[in-house]
Amino acid sequence: MFGFGVLKGMSVTLWNFILSYVYPKKGITTVQYPEQKKEVEERFRNFPFLVYEGAPDNMRCVACDICSKECPPKCIYIIPEKDAQGRVQKKPATFDIDYAICMNCGICEEVCPFDAIFMDHEYELAEYERLSSLLYHKEDLLKPVEHFAKIRPTDYGRIEATRAAKGVKGRAQPVAGAPPKPAETQQSPPATS
Amino acid sequence: METSESIFVVIKKAILGFFHGFLPDWTVVIISILISVTAIVIFGPVTMMFLTWLERKVVGRIQNRYGPNRAGIFGLLQPIADGVKMLTKEDIVPRAADKVTHFLAPVIVVIPALLVFSVLPFGRGMAAVNLNVGLLFFLAVSTMSTIAIFMGSWGSRNKFSLLGGMRAVAQMVSYEIPMVMSVVPVILVTGSLSMVSIVEAQLGGKWFVLTPWGFFGAIVFFLCGVAEVNRTPFDLPEGESEIIAGFHTEYSGMKFALFYMAEFMSAFAIAGLTATLFFGGWDGPLLPSWLWFLVKSYAMIFIMIWFRGTLPRFRIDQLMGFAWKLLLPFALLNIFVAALWQMLPAPKNLIVSGIAEAVILVIVFFASRKDSPKKRTYVFAD
Ligand code: SF4
Ligand code: SF4
Repeated sequence: MFGFGVLKGMSVTLWNFILSYVYPKKGITTVQYPEQKKEVEERFRNFPFLVYEGAPDNMRCVACDICSKECPPKCIYIIPEKDAQGRVQKKPATFDIDYAICMNCGICEEVCPFDAIFMDHEYELAEYERLSSLLYHKEDLLKPVEHFAKIRPTDYGRIEATRAAKGVKGRAQPVAGAPPKPAETQQSPPATS
Repeated sequence: METSESIFVVIKKAILGFFHGFLPDWTVVIISILISVTAIVIFGPVTMMFLTWLERKVVGRIQNRYGPNRAGIFGLLQPIADGVKMLTKEDIVPRAADKVTHFLAPVIVVIPALLVFSVLPFGRGMAAVNLNVGLLFFLAVSTMSTIAIFMGSWGSRNKFSLLGGMRAVAQMVSYEIPMVMSVVPVILVTGSLSMVSIVEAQLGGKWFVLTPWGFFGAIVFFLCGVAEVNRTPFDLPEGESEIIAGFHTEYSGMKFALFYMAEFMSAFAIAGLTATLFFGGWDGPLLPSWLWFLVKSYAMIFIMIWFRGTLPRFRIDQLMGFAWKLLLPFALLNIFVAALWQMLPAPKNLIVSGIAEAVILVIVFFASRKDSPKKRTYVFAD
């Protein structure tokens, strides 16, 4: 009947209003960002990082240059290390990724034959300057393999299994027990309303 | 109780007494006027600032979010931050605009919004002026804002502004009529146009909203009031999805803030007037009178915000149909019911006017229903 639709709508909004005070868990869906963060999905991918085992010197990357060739916007720049005689070593001297250009496609991770580069979960990367501060060097990119195991346990398990089957040398010590779940990033909501 | 009841009156008396000691009588009269004016001029903008905060907060809660909560505790400093932002913004005047009209419109729009506060009785003995034509003054002055809005829309020389202005004028003229008609029963019963005597007629819980004619009169009046101040669902003059921002499309910075301020102050004035005319004004037990007035006004404001959070905008034909086909006949017949109520002896009048109201409601409802076109059936060839 005439007018009853209005009353029905009004009751819905009033209920929302009341619920937001008496039961905020259901009545309010806001995530108060800087204090409170949403948990990212395991398959979430953002920017690539390089994996090392044990010490940062012991990185998996062999400077084969495949990722840099495959990268669609060409934002990876690699110079391999050379020894005293000028022979190329299986190690990058320079490994730069320009995060300002990277488009988070994840192709570098797919093509790397040495499981040396993976996509990270880090997303708070804002900078005040857009040229040099977003150009990430080898030191900024290197992260331990345990970090990978922590953020993406499923992928870590699968990749380690194939690596073991292929008998790849120098893989990381297997993590004891089941891979840990991603850390709880949700913090208690702030007191303000 | 006694001091809190009349705290503002006492303060004013004290200030006057202080000046009376060494100043001649005629200056004291001027100071007395100045105090009332200052109080209103401060009260208006402060209310407006608080209302912007309240509106965003309540609408936020309705939409399952917090609303402003970063500036100060509960976001209470948000209006100040907004004010600073508005003040520091660039003031843009379109090249083709009529400079004088464009400049004057936001100035003029604030004046009626502030003036109407002068006749509202905020508490016992707290009306700035007790005009014997207070209600008429209120209705007449509040209509003046239409002129300012049209000045702004015309002076901007912008098609969207002009459309908004046209809509505003059409809407305000239409809603003025049922609004005045719905107030007539109150005048009929109290026999006075003075706001103070209207409140005094309702003292002791005999609020007009509790009578059949008062109940429906309050609804009609309130809806017309919401339409008068261009709030959702009657916000066609500034329907942002259709005509950008309507009449204030070309305004920025402080001029825009003045339009905004006028809108919120008139919204509060309408809420206060509804409370005064139908909800007993400052009448109420225990709490001081001015607090009762504020509580009732804010309850009305809450309903306005609640509307805003719920209802979509009317179409222009729905808007006009609502005013002319539903509210106006209903307001007119409501006068008749109020007359019945006034003429009949006490126990009978409740029943008779209640029944009359119900009958009228049914008649108006059926008479104003849109006859929908017959459902078409298509015959297909086989
Ligand atoms: S990250 Fe992988 S693909 Fe890229 S250079 Fe190193 S080993 Fe080759
Ligand atoms: S994610 Fe894509 S764009 Fe970014 S570095 Fe890897 S291949 Fe290049």
